[in-house]
Amino acid sequence: MGIVIRGASVLGQTSQDLYVDDDGVLVDEAPDGAEILDADGLVALPGFVDLHTHLREPGREDAETILSGSRAAAVGGFTAVLAMANTSPVTDTAEAALRVWELGREVGLVDVQPVGAVTKGLAGEELAELGLMARSRAAVRVFSDDGKCVHDARVMRRALEYVKAFGGVVSQHAQDPSLAGPTACCHEGETSGRLGLPGWPGIAEEIIVARDVMLARHTGSRVHIAHVTTAGSVEVLRWAKAQGINVTAEVTPHHLLLTTDLLSGYDPTYKVNPPLRPQEDVDALRAALADGTIDVVATDHAPHARHDKEHAFVDAAFGMLGLETALSVVRTALPELSWSDVARVMSTTPARIAGLADHGSLEIGTRAHVVLVDPEVSVTVDRDASVSLSRNNPWHGRALTSRVVHTVYGGQFTVRDGALSA
Amino acid sequence: MKHLLSINDLSVEEIAHIFETASEMHDVQKREVKKLPVLRGRTVVNMFFEDSTRTRSSFEIAGKWLSADVINISAKGSSASKGESLRDTVLTVCAMGIDGLVIRHPASGAAHQVSQWVDAAVVNAGDGMHEHPTQALLDAYTLQRRLGSLAGRHVAIIGDLTHSRVFRSNIQCLTKLGAEVTVVAPPTLMPSGIDSWSRTAGFATSYDVDAVLPQADAVMMLRVQRERMAGGFFPSAREYTVGYGLTRDRLRLLKPDAPICHPGPMNRGLEIAADAADAAQSVVLEQVSSGLAVRMSVLYHLLAGEES
Repeated sequence: MGIVIRGASVLGQTSQDLYVDDDGVLVDEAPDGAEILDADGLVALPGFVDLHTHLREPGREDAETILSGSRAAAVGGFTAVLAMANTSPVTDTAEAALRVWELGREVGLVDVQPVGAVTKGLAGEELAELGLMARSRAAVRVFSDDGKCVHDARVMRRALEYVKAFGGVVSQHAQDPSLAGPTACCHEGETSGRLGLPGWPGIAEEIIVARDVMLARHTGSRVHIAHVTTAGSVEVLRWAKAQGINVTAEVTPHHLLLTTDLLSGYDPTYKVNPPLRPQEDVDALRAALADGTIDVVATDHAPHARHDKEHAFVDAAFGMLGLETALSVVRTALPELSWSDVARVMSTTPARIAGLADHGSLEIGTRAHVVLVDPEVSVTVDRDASVSLSRNNPWHGRALTSRVVHTVYGGQFTVRDGALSA
Repeated sequence: MKHLLSINDLSVEEIAHIFETASEMHDVQKREVKKLPVLRGRTVVNMFFEDSTRTRSSFEIAGKWLSADVINISAKGSSASKGESLRDTVLTVCAMGIDGLVIRHPASGAAHQVSQWVDAAVVNAGDGMHEHPTQALLDAYTLQRRLGSLAGRHVAIIGDLTHSRVFRSNIQCLTKLGAEVTVVAPPTLMPSGIDSWSRTAGFATSYDVDAVLPQADAVMMLRVQRERMAGGFFPSAREYTVGYGLTRDRLRLLKPDAPICHPGPMNRGLEIAADAADAAQSVVLEQVSSGLAVRMSVLYHLLAGEES
């Protein structure tokens, strides 16, 4: 059968055709009897790869499942997602990782690649069975206690050393817990001071980023900083990269567009960890993404059941949806970012960091993971139109630029004309 | 005025109006029969998610003297820990058809959130570290009775500002009424971002009690919780008292007619010496009776329907 994707602007460059053969591989000539997809006016990019997704299965299948999360990912143009380990039970064994990986394959809408916990039960004390997870069929390469910081320097050092044996990377939720109380729920600054909310100072993140780049240098290992939020962290990263330290970093779409003053109405929709920061941090994050100091965009898609957000602000759950809107938010926050840069930060570099060899490229001979984007259309987000099981959508009612029209995963349409194919 | 959530919701005119009515209500307290029939048939629920004796009693008596049916519900402990959302908790109570919901909650913003879910008039009786608007109204009302107009008068607020909802309501109320306010605390108990906040809101900050007291036309002492020492906010009670307490020696720096306020409960010997608490210029007990009048006025304005 195969597909001819006709007339798309590949990576925002001149229009050309893309050919997908019967085996779902990109080839250099039209296969016989191929279906023709008119992609005139659309931009073709390699399928997006999300380094940071919470799928909630196992444990909170009322908020999201691997099925519903895969659907949300496909709608957002993703062809691979890394499922964070803070499920219940935690993904801290090869068996747990394999289960997530298999469920993802059964769904078959995106590659669901499990992230392994760094420490048992995310407790920050003893290393989880990193090597067994790496050696399993799930081939775990990214390890993270996300939601919690690996705050003990000794544990972080050992983790960084240990994963070198199998080319792993530790993704750190940089947040020194000793610099904020247990009820911290927002950025510490004038807004939190006025609202009487306990906050995390930006320095709680920056101190860990600084420590971990030094640990990466000392161990000769590879560290990834999850969801960077402050200008100070960007400064440290810029310095570390100039030293040749093996560090990569991600920023979420929401930290590129939303600011801490949204908290003035105490709406827990905007409660997220790490927190929304002031505009000057947002500006620094945008500049850092554009100049490569921050390597990738990752969603931190964090679905929550409605009742978990209907508590008082300090008691409500942390997190917001992000998969379906990621591209549009990035385009809205950084309209000047070129399409090849969008491909770099949402597909190529995250695929490289995660070690996903068959993602991140539109080269002949690779598996056909392709997203086709309507580049300039403005879409007003409706939270009830989401395919996620949750509704904690901070973008509801906002007009965003660009829309994913088609997603091709391994040569199959997962999304066609903006709607799920299955 | 549909709810009373924050001083920020009130105009200067509305505050004046609340004080006028409070003044009338104050006279009721002197009567032998204290009941007014104005809220007959109205139901007010005091929903307290946090321990409180004085504020809850004050609202309860205020409601009863206005002939409302007053019910107290103690819902201590966060609803999250019980597995019920705050929304479900308050919707359950409001489904009983109540008219007013007086809410005290340990979380900042709780009253604000609740007001978006219910039809009843919501009165914020203290939300975490955020606001305690009736406390600020009763403080200003008390000071006005002593000093006349607060415009241009200098008020010092001294104590744990970071954790104080009394401070956050008072700073708005006093500046709205034209007072010049200086807030005093050790740097560790100043709220984050207070430098830019004080600049835009037009109040002053200081670490030096002795420099501020001689200029003050009134002083408000804030309660300091002893458990703050564990959080490393200050080294010892003794050191706090020496640095920031209203001690007997400091009393002499204060103008003899400058009222001394404290929202209670007082830590005698920590933030306020017995000599200051019991001084002739102390208005601590007057604050309690003013509080009743102000809360009667607030309930009346929110619940009596068409204003007379």
